[in-house]
Amino acid sequence: MKRVISIIFLATFLSLLLMSCGSSSANTASDSPAQYIENKGSDTIVNLALAWAEKYQTDNPEVRISVTGGGSGTGIAALINGTVDIANASRKIKDEEVAEAQSKGITPVEHIIARDAIAVIVNPENPVRKLTLQQIADIYSGKITNWAGVGGEDRPIVKLSRETNSGTHVYFLETVLRLGEKENKTLFSTDTLLLPSSEGIISEVRTNPNAIGYDGLGYVPDDLVMIAIAEEAGGNYVLPSIATVNDKSYPIARDLYMYTNGEATGILKEYLDWLLNTEAQQIVAELGFVPVK
Amino acid sequence: MEKSLNWREFVITRAIKASGYSAIVFVLLIFFFLMREGLPAIGEVEAGNLFSLRWYPIEEMFGILPLISGSIIVTIGAALIAVPFGIGTAVYISEIAPRWMREILKPLVELLGGLPSVVLGFLGILVVSPNLRILLDLPTGLTAFTGSLLLGGIAVPTVVSVAEDALDAVPRAYREGAWALGATKWQTIWRVTLPAAKSGVLTAIMLGVGRAIGETMTVMMVTGNAPVLATRLGSLFSPVRTMTATIAAEMGEVANGSVHYHTLFLIGIILFLISLTVNVLASSVVFRTKKRAERILS
Repeated sequence: MKRVISIIFLATFLSLLLMSCGSSSANTASDSPAQYIENKGSDTIVNLALAWAEKYQTDNPEVRISVTGGGSGTGIAALINGTVDIANASRKIKDEEVAEAQSKGITPVEHIIARDAIAVIVNPENPVRKLTLQQIADIYSGKITNWAGVGGEDRPIVKLSRETNSGTHVYFLETVLRLGEKENKTLFSTDTLLLPSSEGIISEVRTNPNAIGYDGLGYVPDDLVMIAIAEEAGGNYVLPSIATVNDKSYPIARDLYMYTNGEATGILKEYLDWLLNTEAQQIVAELGFVPVK
Repeated sequence: MEKSLNWREFVITRAIKASGYSAIVFVLLIFFFLMREGLPAIGEVEAGNLFSLRWYPIEEMFGILPLISGSIIVTIGAALIAVPFGIGTAVYISEIAPRWMREILKPLVELLGGLPSVVLGFLGILVVSPNLRILLDLPTGLTAFTGSLLLGGIAVPTVVSVAEDALDAVPRAYREGAWALGATKWQTIWRVTLPAAKSGVLTAIMLGVGRAIGETMTVMMVTGNAPVLATRLGSLFSPVRTMTATIAAEMGEVANGSVHYHTLFLIGIILFLISLTVNVLASSVVFRTKKRAERILS
């Protein structure tokens, strides 16, 4: 008798559990029609994507756009796993990622939605104001370890970088440390501090006159000093700005991407088209990025 | 009536039994999961690479020695801070402080234990690290020592509350005996109360160290995360990268099933083994001292 009752009890409990699961999934299905856009990826783009999503949702209240960061790799991985509609990336998708996507039946399509420049930043107390790409590469690879080596005071150099999974890290490695050369295998020196967020880099540069860091132009606050950069010794030293990125004279600039699965259709296409119009690109400029048009 | 009582008894005992067994089941499941995800790394990464001094996963460099040394040096630093402070505080609360002081101190220490570690991390970035850099004239304030200081702060409440309970449990007669023999307050604490509470105090230290080695958020924010092998005492004052921070920073981005993924789980296994060793060592010490304490007291 005891056993029978306990089985009935268990069965009731299980069926209640199943019922609650069933009804909750039914609910989410009815609440999220095709008007729902899931957008995830690069931390560089996340503020921009949020601003866009907010503006677009006020104008089109029937569309819900959710934006999350996590890094370019995370976004692309989510696109490959089919959990997002748009992956934000601050780097081009890698060949192996395309291959992995295709093996899962997903065709990533690229959209350039804005441009970005990486600014090299120092503390205002540091008198150094200009560097060549080669000098920055030597600093980050550990060949120059004192500011005196690049015309500054006799201070140790503390190198700050984003974590290795950041698109900005990879871009900086390829463009600056390796000077864009494919066979160049220069690495960050091991004593480079790898900080998990832009905020970490900015707060350390703000308080530490020994520090050198890099970050997206859109994230550099006014109280830090940006370094003018020349592509080679004797060349023109150029400060990063919207104008210098657009005329391609500033050497550390890149395109920002959104990836979709296949050519965008319907609501997704409308949204991506809207991103390139004047109103949306105005937001790009307001956030310190560089408009594509 | 009796029947319904029986029935209730049956459900309750079964429920309690199930929750008891579930702890074992969960530990075993976690262990098997760790092994399944982490052990493939040993075959995939060459030993020369695994025991090299360079951790740079995006170029397939998986040297884990700097990470292990980073965790160890931060934890040792934290223990050096948390153990004397924690036990000192516990002794003060339990043996010296007047009753009203104890009533204020104990809840305050427990409140400190409830602080989210990310809050301490912010405190570390904004206050501790800039001041430490100026005070000690270091190149940067994001060092192992900064991590140790904050982890010490995290571990202190654990040490205090467990050690204080142990001291509190020492029978009053022991102290009265010591005083009757003419021992001073300090002699009583050092020679009688603390030895009598030794196993509880050791448990407190062990739990504190365990808390420190597993802490992630704070160390990720304040230690600089530079994977440099810590070889000398001076390494305490330079940036390090711990195992926990590495797993936390990289696990979210890694492709499921890749070499990097397996290696991160391998680091998890190493962390697990280190905690296990600390636990086993501590409990064996506890057993031995219990016997000795019993011998002395009998």
